[in-house]
Amino acid sequence: MSTALIIEQTLNGLQFGVMLFLMAAGLTLIFGVMGLINLAHGSLYMVGAFACAVAAAATGSFWIGLAASLAAAAAAGALIEVTVIRKLYERDHLDQVLATFALILVFSEGTRWIFGSFPLYLNIPQLLGGVVTLPGGLPYPAYRLAIILVGLAVAVGLYLLISKTRLGMRIRAGESDREMIGALGVDIRTLYTVVFALGAALAGLAGALVGPLQSVQVGMGEPVLILAFVVIVIGGIGSIKGAFIGAILVGVIDTLGRFLLPLALGVFLDPSQAAGVGAALASMLIYVFMALVLAFRPTGLFAAGD
Amino acid sequence: MRQHLRRETLVNAGLAVLLLAAPAIAAMAGEPFYVTLATRMAILALAAVGLNFVLGLGGLVSFGHAAFFGIGGYAAGILATHAFNQEPFPFGLSGTNQMLVIWLAALIASGIVALLIGLVSLRTSGVYFIMITLAFAQMIYYFAISWPAYGGEDGLSIYVRNAFPGVNTLDPLSFFLICYVLLMIVLAFFATLRNSRFGAALQAARQNPVRLASVGVEPFRIRLVAFVISGMITGLAGALFADLNRFVSPSMLSWHMSGELIVLIILGGTGRLFGPVAGAILYILFEYFLGGITERWQLFLGLILLAVVLFARGGLIGLLAGKVRHD
Amino acid sequence: MTEPLLDIRNLCKNFGALKATDNVSLDLRPGEIHALIGPNGAGKTTLIHQIAGTLQPSSGTIRFLGRDIGGMSMPGRTRLGLGRTFQISSLTLEFSALRNVMLALQARQGSSFRFFRPVMRDRSLTDPAYETLERVGLHERAMVAAGELSHGERRQLEIAIALALGSKAFLLDEPMAGMDSEGSQALTRFLDGLRREAPILLVEHDMDAVFALADRISVLVYGRVIATGTVEEIRRDPEVRHAYLGEDD
Repeated sequence: MSTALIIEQTLNGLQFGVMLFLMAAGLTLIFGVMGLINLAHGSLYMVGAFACAVAAAATGSFWIGLAASLAAAAAAGALIEVTVIRKLYERDHLDQVLATFALILVFSEGTRWIFGSFPLYLNIPQLLGGVVTLPGGLPYPAYRLAIILVGLAVAVGLYLLISKTRLGMRIRAGESDREMIGALGVDIRTLYTVVFALGAALAGLAGALVGPLQSVQVGMGEPVLILAFVVIVIGGIGSIKGAFIGAILVGVIDTLGRFLLPLALGVFLDPSQAAGVGAALASMLIYVFMALVLAFRPTGLFAAGD
Repeated sequence: MRQHLRRETLVNAGLAVLLLAAPAIAAMAGEPFYVTLATRMAILALAAVGLNFVLGLGGLVSFGHAAFFGIGGYAAGILATHAFNQEPFPFGLSGTNQMLVIWLAALIASGIVALLIGLVSLRTSGVYFIMITLAFAQMIYYFAISWPAYGGEDGLSIYVRNAFPGVNTLDPLSFFLICYVLLMIVLAFFATLRNSRFGAALQAARQNPVRLASVGVEPFRIRLVAFVISGMITGLAGALFADLNRFVSPSMLSWHMSGELIVLIILGGTGRLFGPVAGAILYILFEYFLGGITERWQLFLGLILLAVVLFARGGLIGLLAGKVRHD
Repeated sequence: MTEPLLDIRNLCKNFGALKATDNVSLDLRPGEIHALIGPNGAGKTTLIHQIAGTLQPSSGTIRFLGRDIGGMSMPGRTRLGLGRTFQISSLTLEFSALRNVMLALQARQGSSFRFFRPVMRDRSLTDPAYETLERVGLHERAMVAAGELSHGERRQLEIAIALALGSKAFLLDEPMAGMDSEGSQALTRFLDGLRREAPILLVEHDMDAVFALADRISVLVYGRVIATGTVEEIRRDPEVRHAYLGEDD
């Protein structure tokens, strides 16, 4: 086993991590500001991926697809916010879970109705189709590297948005006190729609970026959604910083676990058995990690208001 | 108050009779398919009654009860497979095709897992609890998919339905009756527990955990015991479900299953004794009739669910019997 | 002098730079009502929280019945006999008044893990619960859901719960708040008798009630006890008059 391979897997973990961050950031923002648990966030990820695939196929340009994914996911987010989600803010978590679960059914079956059950495929844009040679001579796919950079850029952008802009100020005020923000003369309904659409756009972006690496199909959002939950539970619900650190930890631990555990077990098991057992144990690793974090910090690493 | 109570009792009795009479008539008319449909209703209702211990009485929104459903199913599948292939287990145990032993195994296995999950997840509350139960169930799902010994992603077949002393379990109506009787026993247990001291403490933990702690009872311990009971009952339902389908697969463990169990309770009416029964009947009927009309029935199920959550929060029993009353 | 039941020494609680409780020492002796007064934000409720076990002090000791209870959980303290009412009424609102008291009784009997016998047919719960409601004058409302009781009635129910717990000392956090004058007079008479059963640490804004009831008064300002003494001593204390009663003469 070479160091190069470990570096490559770590980078893959980072790429997975920033993708999870794009999902988790929206979820945690929506929870922090509106107090809503949104199971349908994975559907918005799926909407982004489909929009990108369809627009890219029609125009031949991945970049137009990317823009379409942002627009479609934000529009879908704003639409469900206005029609359904808005009525759920004052409800208990059970109602929120159920209504957003129902939204998943609608989104999934609706998408299957329009596009059928066959997966769509997206190509990596030509510009990023190549391989980058990293310092040390390690070749790495340019596209994956680009995802990492986009994720980091979004993280910085969100940080600036929330700490430096008027919108960010309103978001922070909304987190601490809904009444006060009403008193400030901010139209809270519009603010909530904007925040929800922003979270949706981030999920759509994640879906579009991942599209060329996997197939674009119905149900693709749900495994990612659940991992994003693990991320924000670890990071602390409502904290963007927690979502970022949690996402990177989960991405790297999961990827390295899948790579290293079968190898480690190979020391005392025969190879095929080691691969099976290793894969099974690796799939549990991040959940064990989550349990450990919770055992010491029941509200996550960076609980809001801590 | 009396009148409401009596009306709910009437509705409950009506549901119990309906669920028993329909398959009996179908069996007499030589329509075993409808017996199987009713058996599915009874088993899903049982699983949801299990969830209702924590969700309805304790107010804990567990989004991971598929874990217990699936573990019960795998307990049945694994024991039956070992019995069929005559492969011994470690520790000198052997497989079995006796339902009674399988049920015991399902109860114990799901109880232990519920204890472990509960120990971690009940330290938290609210949204954290929802996400953590979901995550742990997902962990077991992925484990089942990637663990190669018992079928992995393909699942596990039970070649002959397991046996019950003195009953021909291959006869659909007989198997239905086993499930129905278990459902009624568990409903009676639910009703008893709700009125007991433990039930009082559990409901107090939902209404006001600080108050419960301030009179000297730790909400955590009450909730943990309820969570274990709840998981065990859902696990028992899983074992029956495996026997109904003669097949176990990771889909029993999927988060979709957890969502469905919650849906059953809400469709029927939260906090109701017979809520899960009404919900299961409705759900299976939707699936059957809508599924007969369109392949995309889940789209319409989603829309119906949205309407229930937004406009008809009492569910079916709320519609029929009015608001929940306490004494 | 008799041994105090509750003995608080050098208690401090910091929230960041804010000293919410600043080196507080006070005690509660058998048979007395010890009132704790002070302006809003003086840290009275923070202090009660630390005594009851819902907040951990930064330093200092709390002894109850001779035991150091500093590390004990709130349920543990309750089981030891420290009865507490809440400033913001805290009841199981869907349950009737009777069942609220029954819950306290079952907790006191240490028997919440019984799964079969219906509580409403359990005379060892219903009878004493009803008697307790009678003592606080709430028996006619026994079957009404706590959520439908008036503000004053909820206060009475809180006290009934504390009584049912067989508490050896009471921490009452503003029991008169939100009551009309008739209600608070009735409650004053009731507390007057209650002190013979168990001493009371009383946080209260209603000065008529405090001056009528208290054997001793401690005045809390900015987290510090600036004076402790009898009603007369407190009335005369110039520092109290200056800091709290707002009189400069």
